[in-house]
Amino acid sequence: MTFEFLIQIMVFGVFVGSLYGLAAVGFSFIYGVMRILNIAHGELIMLGGYVGFSICSYYHIDPFLSLPLVGVVLFVLGAGLYKAFFSRIIKFNEELRTNTSLLISFGLILILEQSALLSFSANDRSSSPSYAGLGMEIYNIQFPYLRMGILLVSIVLIFGLQLFLRKTYLGKSIRAAAENWESATLVGINIKRVYLISFSLSCALAGMAGSMIAVGYSINPTMGLEWILKAMVIAIMAGVGSIGGAFIAGVMLGVVEAVSSIYLGPYMQGIGLVIFLMVLMLRPQGLFGAKRGRV
Amino acid sequence: MLGRRKGLFIGSLVVSLLYLLPGVVSKTDVLNLSCLVFLFVMLSESWNILGGYAGQVNLGHACFFGLGALVTRLLWFSGMPLLVTLFLGGLAALVFALIIGLPAFRLRGAYFVIGTLALAEIMRIVVSNALPTISSMPSQFIASYSLVPRYYLSLTLAVGTVAVVHLLSRSRPGLAMVAIKEGEDTAEASGVDTFKYKLMALGLSTFLAGLAGGLFAFFHVSYYPAQPFGVHWTFDALFIAYIGGIGTVGGPIIGTLFYIGLRELFPLVLPPEIHTIVFGIMFILVILLMPNGLVELPGKFRRFMVGSEPPRE
Repeated sequence: MTFEFLIQIMVFGVFVGSLYGLAAVGFSFIYGVMRILNIAHGELIMLGGYVGFSICSYYHIDPFLSLPLVGVVLFVLGAGLYKAFFSRIIKFNEELRTNTSLLISFGLILILEQSALLSFSANDRSSSPSYAGLGMEIYNIQFPYLRMGILLVSIVLIFGLQLFLRKTYLGKSIRAAAENWESATLVGINIKRVYLISFSLSCALAGMAGSMIAVGYSINPTMGLEWILKAMVIAIMAGVGSIGGAFIAGVMLGVVEAVSSIYLGPYMQGIGLVIFLMVLMLRPQGLFGAKRGRV
Repeated sequence: MLGRRKGLFIGSLVVSLLYLLPGVVSKTDVLNLSCLVFLFVMLSESWNILGGYAGQVNLGHACFFGLGALVTRLLWFSGMPLLVTLFLGGLAALVFALIIGLPAFRLRGAYFVIGTLALAEIMRIVVSNALPTISSMPSQFIASYSLVPRYYLSLTLAVGTVAVVHLLSRSRPGLAMVAIKEGEDTAEASGVDTFKYKLMALGLSTFLAGLAGGLFAFFHVSYYPAQPFGVHWTFDALFIAYIGGIGTVGGPIIGTLFYIGLRELFPLVLPPEIHTIVFGIMFILVILLMPNGLVELPGKFRRFMVGSEPPRE
């Protein structure tokens, strides 16, 4: 095995890892803000992938340009899901909220996965624009344009979210609600609105992640479980609610998986989970997390 | 609620009728379906011990089910008597659970949920890579394959499981488990050794899941060894327990009848594969509207008719 080969594998690990990070951010964000454990996040990623794929294949719009549109569609869908199901559980205490949201999203998995199977068939799909397969080469190492675009999108979205939460009034009120929703209500923050927007935002992030997965890799109706596991692993590794941390942990997981695939072959699918369990045992607040998960 | 003696009477009547069933009915589809019902009763009732009574939502139940199936299958094919291998399958699940239970119970709430889900996925990935080929019964086993002993075995195990949960629900450890569910810190403060009872619930739950896995291994002619590790076994158990009513003895039984019944009925009246969607919607409605499951329906109905709380026995 040459050194170049190892570097190439690691570069691909970074590319896929940035997607892991993007997939995890929405999940981590919504748990940090609302204590909602949305295990249907993987299915929302899958739906976003299909929305992106449909726009790309029927209207021939470049998948990177149509990304905001995917975000908007999933934002609206998320608002609907929140209004229909999750708004009913915000009156519970934290623990009951986590458990009930887990169960509701479990029901959503059944609904969304089967609906996708019926509407899109079980085939693997991917949106491929005309420049798919092109790339540049530096010191014999390939950098495909598509995956570089995905990396860029992930960075922009994650740091955009970070800026939004730090700098805008709405972002600050979301953080306030995450710290202590009762006090936030007392100082005049409209908690219902904050929750609605946060939930929809996390769905929009999931959708955009899915659309990017459809571009660089492939999507199918049953991909949800695989991606929600990745998202959970990363969210916990980074520390729940840590958004920048989620991106770094995602890239780390991508690289570790890629390198370990050389030595472990198919067992590498499990490596992230093993690392995850170890982190969970030894450092439950996560690698970059504060003692209690905050946004 | 039924009076205790009345409930026991009806229960034993139903069980003895079930024992007579193969003498009356020889249609294989009836026996087949019954075996499936018993398997799911075991699976959901065993999940119910840890998830329903002790309140620890375990998304790794398939791992123990699969482990029981794996051990039973391998030992049984190597020539050991079936009942011994069933026991060893349950024991393997139990030992594995205790090994991981020690660190896993340091985790609480969402972390426990995610940790157990990850554990089951790791096991599934390892098994599907280590044993990629389909596992079929040897020809002499297939030649002597008969449904009737399978029916009796699964019925006996299911009745045993329900009896265990029934006894547990009236015992001191059972009460301690409920106390943990209601509030772990409060239970600890009032002198309940929470770790001990959580471990006990995990052990009992996984042992029974391992037995159910062994039953699966005994029942099926051929399957991929990784199949019983699939996450849908956990989901089915959880779904059934919640629909029926967690933390009750009867809940998983009602849930299983409801689940299997509808699953068999739906394809007759609905377009194919719609039923999963209907199940999903139904599940969410039950969670939101009837958090105690279907078992509370008769009570609700009676209260609605009489207009007051029924007298307790």
